Amino acid sequence: MALSCARTVGAFLGKCGNCGSAVSSQLSRKVPIRPLSCSSSLLRKNLAAAGPEKFTAEFIEKQVEEFNIGKRHLANMMGEDPENFCQEDVDRSIAYLFPSGLFEKKAQPLMKHPDEIFPRQRAVQWGADGRPFHFLFYTGKQSYYSLMHETYEKIQNLEKHQDRLRAKGLFSQDTKRISLGTSRWLTKDEVDVLLVETISAHDYNRFIQLMERLLSIPYCAGEEEFVLRYRRQLEAQSRKQMVPPLERDDRGVAFSTAEGRRKTSTSSVVLRDCGAGRVTVNGRDYLDFFSVLQDREQLMFPLQFTGTLGRFDLECSVSGGGRSGQAGALRLAVSRALLSFLSEGDVETMRQAGLLTPDPRLRERKKPGQEGARKKFTWKKR
Amino acid sequence: MALHRLSFRLRQTVTHVRSLHTSGCGQQLEAVAVESDPEPFSVFRTQENNPEFQSEKHLGQYYTLPSAHISTVFPHGLPWRYQQQVKTFNEACMMVRQPALEVISYLKKADYSKPAHRYIFYGLRGSGKTMSLCHTVHFCHTQGWLVLHVPDAFLWVKNCKELLPSSFNTARFDQPLQAAEWLRDFKITNEQFLLKIKTKQRYVWTKREFTEEGSLLGQLVDQGISRVKSSSDVVGAVIKELRLQSGQPESNFKLAVAVDGVNALWGRSTIKKEDRSAVEPEELTLVYNLRKLMNNDWTGGAIISTVCQTGSLFISKSAYLPQELLGETGFDNMDPFIPVSVPNYSEKEFESCYLYYMDRNWLQHPQSLTEEGKKELVFMTNRNPTMMERLCSSL
Repeated sequence: MALSCARTVGAFLGKCGNCGSAVSSQLSRKVPIRPLSCSSSLLRKNLAAAGPEKFTAEFIEKQVEEFNIGKRHLANMMGEDPENFCQEDVDRSIAYLFPSGLFEKKAQPLMKHPDEIFPRQRAVQWGADGRPFHFLFYTGKQSYYSLMHETYEKIQNLEKHQDRLRAKGLFSQDTKRISLGTSRWLTKDEVDVLLVETISAHDYNRFIQLMERLLSIPYCAGEEEFVLRYRRQLEAQSRKQMVPPLERDDRGVAFSTAEGRRKTSTSSVVLRDCGAGRVTVNGRDYLDFFSVLQDREQLMFPLQFTGTLGRFDLECSVSGGGRSGQAGALRLAVSRALLSFLSEGDVETMRQAGLLTPDPRLRERKKPGQEGARKKFTWKKR
Repeated sequence: MALHRLSFRLRQTVTHVRSLHTSGCGQQLEAVAVESDPEPFSVFRTQENNPEFQSEKHLGQYYTLPSAHISTVFPHGLPWRYQQQVKTFNEACMMVRQPALEVISYLKKADYSKPAHRYIFYGLRGSGKTMSLCHTVHFCHTQGWLVLHVPDAFLWVKNCKELLPSSFNTARFDQPLQAAEWLRDFKITNEQFLLKIKTKQRYVWTKREFTEEGSLLGQLVDQGISRVKSSSDVVGAVIKELRLQSGQPESNFKLAVAVDGVNALWGRSTIKKEDRSAVEPEELTLVYNLRKLMNNDWTGGAIISTVCQTGSLFISKSAYLPQELLGETGFDNMDPFIPVSVPNYSEKEFESCYLYYMDRNWLQHPQSLTEEGKKELVFMTNRNPTMMERLCSSL
């Protein structure tokens, strides 16, 4: 299937002038390009033995060239300026030209710079005479050890600087330290990718220890850039809840609107501060709409939790899904709408009670060969 | 509240000349003060067990139905769940509510030389229509009226086990079992009248059996009970006799016709003939005769009924207004009638109900005895009497 996709894309772009796009080669990189006269058994054996694909530097260069030419062709096709055709435009154009109904992003057609597609590989480490370039080549992990050496050199330099200052009497403990902020060390896999070679867990731990030692020295502010290269920023977890604004209608009654979703139902709720305790769902009485006690309990939960049972008027509308999904969607919407009437502490308690968390559970797909999502057919011993 | 306003509007279009009971509906329920009532025990009970003397002072309060009355007046008249409750609590307490009180006041003031008034209780599901009907029936009984109570007209149009072609009119169908059961209940309720009223016509049942003119109504009824095959015709005869005699000056009784689920008479039925075609309600003898009684061409009594969606056939669940439930023909037949809306409990009534259950130790859950618990109950049931009862039974 990948091949057919590659062929169409390649043929399509090839029509515009022999560019042999990077797409086709990218899609076909998992299957070696061989003459068709080979038998499939040979193919299978060779795949197992080869290991990860090795690409030569020239091959990568050729791919980069083809990618750029392909980009220009694509820009021409889309009627845009080839000079200012950036990667987002490329993605947009590909999504337009090859609309895919697949859900898996990795299975959809893509056209990216070869550096992002082909993993970084080490160039040949030795010259024509067979002599390696790097002095640590025979350790086996040359980039790792060179990194460790570099870090240790920096530590030594800093300590020498410290001694000099102490000698002069200008040493002080409270110097500007490196501000790490909300960041974490690179994980072992990320270090592997950076160094283009595999290191063991032990090596990784030693590396981290060394970096921590570097950070513990006062006067390490000079090496900030070096250290931050090996740290990754954490995504800022938004602690702030989105509180819907409190509006006032003509009669001066405060109200707020919020939406909620659960499973396949969506709902929207207008919470009015009237003091009546009337609830309408889709224009009907909620006793009529939710005949099951459980659904009404779900609707009641946020109000009961905050102790505001008889205070608000609810005007709800809900669509989609079944009765339980609709009840859950309404509960979430009511909790969100309530936020604008509550204090910070109450918001926190509501969050901890789980009233503000959208429930991510969806219906699990039925798999072939099974009765349902999990249920299997009757097991027969023979 | 909307239901009350609706009833106001409907009432204005009714062209009856009568004095409207001006105590209004619903607005002053909260304003009614419970002072100087003779009961020292509780706020929610009243000692006034005679519906004749109950007034707005007793709104929202429970009065006790004497057990002797229950067995006579309501052999099968009360709703099933209420009967269970009576058995559990060992007492039959009914709440005095506005709709029933209103109809009772109309009955007190009506002129019985004019054609009979038709009252219809309507409301949402579980709001207390049947109970209001029973309250009114109890009042009629205490006043010494002859009560013709059909507990559920829907029983006559569905699940019929035996369907016989009528001997009287071959186009119609008889339901001997239902008719016999109804006659039995009728006998129990109106024992004293059956010994006084005399028939005005001669009825021939079979070649050998006939009822002479001038015989007691009791005899007629016994005939129907013993000869089950002709019981439907007996019902028809009874209805005819009562209709003819009720307005006459020499008869000293007033006739109260109480039908629960009167929209059954004009709806559809699920009974099928042998060739699988549906039976229309007017092809059933019982329904046909009852319909004749529903017309207001007789004097000296009143017709009190409810329209009900719960047992109804082929009606959507959200329909509760009389027009929707009666249909075109039904509405034309019953028009003009006095619609009385039965709403959910008001705050005072809900409070009263809650206190009653607490008094009877029915609410066992500790949370339900607190203030928050009460608010939760209000929310969960939306002050609907049936929902409240069902919810409290599991607490």
